[in-house]
Amino acid sequence: MTSLLQVSGLRTRFHTPEGIVHAVNGISFHVNEGETVAVVGESGCGKSVSMMSLLGLIPTPPGEIVSGTAVFRGNDLFKKSEKELEDTRGREIAMIFQDPMTSLNPVLTVERQLIESLRVHLGFTKEQAQTRAVELLEQVGIPDAKRRVKDYPHQFSGGMRQRVMIAMSLSCAPSLLIADEPTTALDVTIQAQIVELVTRIRDSLHTAVIWITHDLGVVAGIADRVIVMYAGFIVEEANVDDLYDSPGHPYTVSLLAALPRVDRRRDQRLKSIPGAPPNMLIEPRGCPFAPRCEFALEKCRQKNPLLTQVGPNHTAACWVNPKTGALR
Amino acid sequence: MSDSTPLVEVKDLKKHFPVTRGIILQRKVGIVRAVDGVSFSIQRGETLGMVGESGCGKTTAGRTMLGLYPATSGSVTIDGEDILHARGKDQLAIRRKAQIIFQDPYASLNPRWSVNSIVSEPMRVHGLFASQKERAERAKDLLGLVGLSPHLLNRFPHEFSGGQRQRIGIARALASDPLFIVCDEPISALDVSIQAQVVNLLEKLQDQFGLTYLFVAHDLSMVRHICDRVAVMYLGIIVEVADRNELYEKPLHPYTQALLSAVPVPDPRKERERKRTILTGDVPSPINPPSGCRFHPRCPIAVERCKKETPEWREAAPGHWAACHLANG
Repeated sequence: MTSLLQVSGLRTRFHTPEGIVHAVNGISFHVNEGETVAVVGESGCGKSVSMMSLLGLIPTPPGEIVSGTAVFRGNDLFKKSEKELEDTRGREIAMIFQDPMTSLNPVLTVERQLIESLRVHLGFTKEQAQTRAVELLEQVGIPDAKRRVKDYPHQFSGGMRQRVMIAMSLSCAPSLLIADEPTTALDVTIQAQIVELVTRIRDSLHTAVIWITHDLGVVAGIADRVIVMYAGFIVEEANVDDLYDSPGHPYTVSLLAALPRVDRRRDQRLKSIPGAPPNMLIEPRGCPFAPRCEFALEKCRQKNPLLTQVGPNHTAACWVNPKTGALR
Repeated sequence: MSDSTPLVEVKDLKKHFPVTRGIILQRKVGIVRAVDGVSFSIQRGETLGMVGESGCGKTTAGRTMLGLYPATSGSVTIDGEDILHARGKDQLAIRRKAQIIFQDPYASLNPRWSVNSIVSEPMRVHGLFASQKERAERAKDLLGLVGLSPHLLNRFPHEFSGGQRQRIGIARALASDPLFIVCDEPISALDVSIQAQVVNLLEKLQDQFGLTYLFVAHDLSMVRHICDRVAVMYLGIIVEVADRNELYEKPLHPYTQALLSAVPVPDPRKERERKRTILTGDVPSPINPPSGCRFHPRCPIAVERCKKETPEWREAAPGHWAACHLANG
């Protein structure tokens, strides 16, 4: 597999009246062609901010990309001019968001919005673009697409709106789709529809997908590889099977243990993680998870561990082996 | 559950909202049948789960049964007393026994009130303690019960995280010594690691005070974990009720089956093998619910009869009720 995107040492922070928010603290990862990578973490862990940094969608100020490179198909995204980046966004890298209502323009018909990117990026004529817009809506399973294309966003339900967003993001057949919690606001039945749709499209267009979520259930069904984030750091990275079989970071272990399962009888109380995620205004000394970690040792409070190999294609940032509780 | 009379009994509860058009005349042009004839009972110390997609009426049912919305018709008795028709002092006395925890811990606490005012308010309303000082002492105890430091009594809601705010909401619900609490999606706004904390707290309090819960939620995994029995709602009515393991292992209604099959499991191998019943389309409008069985337009096994006849509510196995023409049992 060839690497499509290679991010190294990405560091993003925000200058706020309260101080500097250390949102992303030097993360490195890659995405291969056609691969689905899930980025998992709780709110505020930096998963969305890191992806928006790549696409130049962080407002500066207050945001600031302090350091890092993001090589996409041989070119560093951070070195591109705004004009070049605009061309990459939408054509080669597309993004879908949690709330389609805020990312669609409420006063334009769906057709107008679909046509725009087709004309700007692919140079379609108006007629070509109109035909293509209907095809796209049909592809994402919107019934009666010919008529619906003339509707405004508010005339669609939440699930249908997300389909419109997906149609829009696919209009230029991007090689990378970044999906930022696309099903979080939806019911499970609609979530299943959207997951199935994205999987089908990914397989037919061979699109790589970065799926940002906090739902470890959805991840299990869709991802090839998983990146776990905590407090702006990547704390674990592994193939999906390895991550669930033998999680290498205490945070991942605790997250999985805190989840009730629909397919199992209850046997005991849930294992909750004590405390709350750290205040991002303070640059952490030591491991950011240490205050909540059941395995934490003195060393953990002193020095933040780097990602190290814990198995084939499996890295974790922890001094301790959570299986034994001893230092690695 | 030694006492066999249920603590909570809801009979044919309906809540209809008018749809109006025009600003001055407000012509009534339709009715949203948000809750359209719901009956269930909850035993003392039991947790009943109420699940369904958004818009199915589960939250409205929970609020209407406490009288937060005036009910269109039906009756609700809590501890033998009619909560919907009582007035004045009687109403206050019954309301003391039934409390609610809301979904959004940001919207359900007054930002201008200190934690002390918020948690003491139910005691003040119900005249539980003679002085403000005693109420503050009790509020401190309550904070301790929900896992917050009593020193936080004079802080304001914005100084707390989502999980902590939800704990304040729980302390407020406990302040009037209730028997019954409606938990209206109490964890859906919280992060995964905090959800387990709040759920464990609710269970601890239930054990400690013998509380009875109606747990309204859309997270079916959590409902299986926390609830003893589960009711499934669709478009304003209950389509199936059973004990949790019975419901999750032998669901009878095609809607319950589809709902359960849509829930992802944190196990990659299982996920790859799973066959999903993917429901087509969205929930229809409760303004004009479909004829016959309300689920028939989305039902994968619907037959001609389902379009015309409303299915009977029947007991397919002991304690397992479902409304479907085709459910075998």
